[in-house]
Amino acid sequence: MSPSLRRRVFLVAAAVAGALLVWGLSGLPDYGIYRGPYGDVLNAVAVGERHATNVVAAVTFDYRGVDTMGEEYILFAAVIGVAILLRAQRDEREEAPDEDAADRRAPGTSNAVRVLGLALLGPVVLFGIYVVAHGHLSPGGGFQGGVVLATGALLVYLSGEYVTLRRVRPEALLDLAESSGAAGYVAVGLLGLAAGVTFLENVLPLGQAGTLLSSGMIPLINLAVGLEVAAGFVLLLSEFLEQTLVVRRPGEQT
Amino acid sequence: MIVLEVAVMLLVAAGGTAVVLTRDPLNQAIVASFYGLLLGVMFLVFQSPDVALSQITVGAVALPLMILLALAKVRALGGRREDRE
Repeated sequence: MSPSLRRRVFLVAAAVAGALLVWGLSGLPDYGIYRGPYGDVLNAVAVGERHATNVVAAVTFDYRGVDTMGEEYILFAAVIGVAILLRAQRDEREEAPDEDAADRRAPGTSNAVRVLGLALLGPVVLFGIYVVAHGHLSPGGGFQGGVVLATGALLVYLSGEYVTLRRVRPEALLDLAESSGAAGYVAVGLLGLAAGVTFLENVLPLGQAGTLLSSGMIPLINLAVGLEVAAGFVLLLSEFLEQTLVVRRPGEQT
Repeated sequence: MIVLEVAVMLLVAAGGTAVVLTRDPLNQAIVASFYGLLLGVMFLVFQSPDVALSQITVGAVALPLMILLALAKVRALGGRREDRE
């Protein structure tokens, strides 16, 4: 295809796509107008029904709890996929980074980065726990808090060395945390079945709205998701770091 | 409030254009991280703090991190191939 023909095809396609976009946009509700009934209904009933002051959490972890379980397992499957893709190949053997050529080693960490990273580590981990634990009260929850917790591991890597991260990252414990987080969601759901109601239906006392121990099973599910996401992200991170820093070379043919 | 909304939307538009115009993948990862942060601010301005938190954690932290690590991996592989030749 010649460049001029290609340009003409592109212009026609762009014009059609642009016209469709403008047509679609012109049919949207006016700016600031909300037409769906569900948001208003939920805002009216969620706090009374679920005692969760964060209505978003009441929707994602209670009214639509099964959807969120699927989302959690998407992440779980993604982490497993990465771990399988990046596993040590049969013809590769691990080599410690110290044996590597000097030009390929990561530059040393500056003291400023080191101090800042270590100073941030405590607050970041605390904030992550806070975001996970208060998911039913304020914006946040297991997914967001879990990623915040995982950045704690990243800070350890940034302010120390890869070896330090390896030491604070017991792989068996991470695997256990990730799988128990994933299984925890289902286990909380099974509480409903055990009590004779449907899967994921709340069977725990709702407590007083606005307090930490309220909203029934939502905080428990948030805890499970937070565990799964934090462990999953640290695993992803260390798989990649393993690949980039521990250089693997093809082993000698024997 | 409407001024803030228009301003943040213009910023997001500029950020998206900047991501497209950045050609080097390494620089692009940093610009994309900044763009993710801008999107988070936009969600906050439009009063959805839950989405803003998710956007910041995924768009400004997780995605650029994965891009950077993938780039490092690709470069390490390229170096290995040169060694062998």
